[in-house]
Amino acid sequence: MPSPTPQVTEYKDRDGDVFRVIVPGPDPVFAVDLRVPLLEKNDQLAEANRRDFRKRGILAVNLVSSPGSGKTALLERTLDEFGREVRCAVLVGDLETDCDAQRLRREHVPVAQITTCGACHLDAAMVARGAENLDLGGVRVLFIENVGNLVCPASFDLGEEIRVVLLSTTEGEDKPLKYPPIFKSAHIVILTKTDLAKPLGFNEAAALENIRRIAPGARILTVSSRTGEGMVSWYAALGAALAGG
Amino acid sequence: MHELGIMESAMAAVLRTAGENRASRVHRIVLRVGSLSGAEPDALRFAFDIVARGTPADGAVLDIDEVPARAVCPDCALEFDADAAFITECPRCRRICGDLRQGRELELSRIEMS
Repeated sequence: MPSPTPQVTEYKDRDGDVFRVIVPGPDPVFAVDLRVPLLEKNDQLAEANRRDFRKRGILAVNLVSSPGSGKTALLERTLDEFGREVRCAVLVGDLETDCDAQRLRREHVPVAQITTCGACHLDAAMVARGAENLDLGGVRVLFIENVGNLVCPASFDLGEEIRVVLLSTTEGEDKPLKYPPIFKSAHIVILTKTDLAKPLGFNEAAALENIRRIAPGARILTVSSRTGEGMVSWYAALGAALAGG
Repeated sequence: MHELGIMESAMAAVLRTAGENRASRVHRIVLRVGSLSGAEPDALRFAFDIVARGTPADGAVLDIDEVPARAVCPDCALEFDADAAFITECPRCRRICGDLRQGRELELSRIEMS
């Protein structure tokens, strides 16, 4: 730390000799103790999103998983089935391309792509901007498909009501143990691609136990978006959340 | 590497606080980072050097208090360490609960300035 700057004053006496008076300044270094969340700005924007969605009666659902674990496939089927009964909208985040938005686009579903240009997660500001591009009139459920990543999205509140973390059978049973922060933050964990469990030799009981150990408070669902197995329980969970349960 | 964005946000709070206190130099910054916060201390340090460059916090010391995950058993009220693999299993009654007492912290806790 630099030492405080001293005050130097020079005096001349009658003989012309110079006297120098040096007054050391008070120690200027001081400390402030505080508790500012590092993601303060994101947290504030997320809170504003949450208030806005609630005011409009919209249930915001943040879907998080590693790339390729079936977020888009789950949403495709959800929009075709659940989305016929309940008006839904989708915000989908990726580093580049609008491939997912194209896959999800349906006449009855407003969809907007958020391209993060390299960023590894969505944040609350991106969601607020993305929502402005959507016609949310009459929408009851807004799905936010996060960037495929099991690490970074854990830290970023988007203003969602429920966070859904997906784990696919192709990823192995131990993913929840390897990426605890994201699984711990989940309200619902969905085990996807259960139709592939058998050919993969996937140990479903071990996977479910790992999820339960890391995320004891989360609701666990098992689905196959391809065959439709288990989708009804997912729709029931959405319906219960809509009803405020 | 979301730590860069986190440090940018932290630096904004540091410089705002320094401005409010009419300080022109920041000497030391202390962060509290929980083991379940999702942010890596080393990556935060790396990001700090980048975002502090050319600001009043350039050259400041960054200290990170790492906060271990701890949980409280809802059955027997025992408070226990949950850092081992982040499984919140009560060592006394073996109940697995979700009641974390600490470990998610990600905050700016002290600024030393002049």
